[in-house]
Amino acid sequence: MATAAAQHTARTPAHDARGGAPDTDAHQRAFDAAIAADERIEPRDWMPDAYRATLIRQIAQHAHSEIIGMQPEANWITRAPSLRRKAILMAKVQDEAGHGLYLYSAAETLGVSRDELLDKLHSGRQKYSSIFNYPTLTWADVGAIGWLVDGAAITNQVPLCRCSYGPYARAMVRICKEESFHQRQGYELLLALSRGTPEQHAMAQDAVNRWWWPSLMMFGPPDDESEHSAQSMAWKIKRHSNDELRQRFVDICVPQAESLGLTLPDPDLKWNEERGHYDFGPIDWDEFWQVIKGNGPCNEQRMAQRRRAHDEGAWVREAAAAYAAKHTHDKEARRG
Amino acid sequence: MTTADWPLWEVFVRSRRGLSHTHAGSLHAPDAEMALRNARDLYTRRGEGVSIWVVPSAAITASSPDEKDPFFEPAADKPYRHPTFYEIPEGVKHL
Ligand SMILES: [Fe+2]
Ligand SMILES: [Fe+2]
Repeated sequence: MATAAAQHTARTPAHDARGGAPDTDAHQRAFDAAIAADERIEPRDWMPDAYRATLIRQIAQHAHSEIIGMQPEANWITRAPSLRRKAILMAKVQDEAGHGLYLYSAAETLGVSRDELLDKLHSGRQKYSSIFNYPTLTWADVGAIGWLVDGAAITNQVPLCRCSYGPYARAMVRICKEESFHQRQGYELLLALSRGTPEQHAMAQDAVNRWWWPSLMMFGPPDDESEHSAQSMAWKIKRHSNDELRQRFVDICVPQAESLGLTLPDPDLKWNEERGHYDFGPIDWDEFWQVIKGNGPCNEQRMAQRRRAHDEGAWVREAAAAYAAKHTHDKEARRG
Repeated sequence: MTTADWPLWEVFVRSRRGLSHTHAGSLHAPDAEMALRNARDLYTRRGEGVSIWVVPSAAITASSPDEKDPFFEPAADKPYRHPTFYEIPEGVKHL
């Protein structure tokens, strides 16, 4: 979002001068100083190629996750148990589409086009969060996703509001404001089930059992195995490590689960007085890497659905273009 | 015309009467009318606005970040343009 305009209208001498050694040194110093002073980098500022590439990769993956993330929940829109729940779920899924658009706009300020990014998603060259490769088996999954998946996303995203790249940070501010409704509606949904009939309670517990561990994996591999972490932290794209954010999330969830009257599926989960945090059991990273490699329960289904939606939407894009062309033509005719 | 040719629009939203329009973000649309509709759906889903402007991004001329210092320099050495520049005896009121 933001000053995409500037990116598109005027190429600055800085861009043309990239590679010119004396200039680049001065630019690098100015960039380093801005990062050190906690200032934001804006689209037309000079930035190292690797910083630009890292941001494009991360923002694109984030945008893809928002739009692929519409699928598991949209699966339940037609079967929502009440009109109230249906309206809420539609609003949530629509928000996720909006989040995708804010983020594609932010990525575009870095000099890539949206079509290029969609192409890369559709051909599997760019990824989305592996959490969305799990199925939504029951209505309670909609609640578990709102509480745990959106909850984990919020924990990840709040620090991104202070990310060093201005357009990304501003997109995250909007997104975080909207996410809070997502999490609360999920929690409320689970609470209703938990306090319902024994069957409803069991359904809620089952959903939490299935979504808990994949949600913890959303924070990414452990710090010592995380490829890009150190550089991203140095660039202030990332503000906290994966393990730090994961711990923060666990600490937040344990009391919330108690209030729900549900348990978290981890026998090792217990308060550690000394650390001032909850200890938790080992995460199955094999499963994580398998899902990333494409072997999760729904990888194929999600990609097929995404490609189908894009292809079947072609006539809408064409109609919009034809309408715009006709209007321009009519206006010109009227002008004579 | 494919989506790749759809121009980029900058969206400005007036959050309520009495305030100026502020930049909310950008979007692609084939023409101004559809840009307005898309902007409504994208940036005012929760009553964030009472008025929207869309402007073709290509119509914006921006100052260059590289010219920052010389371009804005004329203002830097004129502290006397600020009220705090002037010393006024203590106790003088309404000044
Ligand atoms: Fe989202
Ligand atoms: Fe969300």
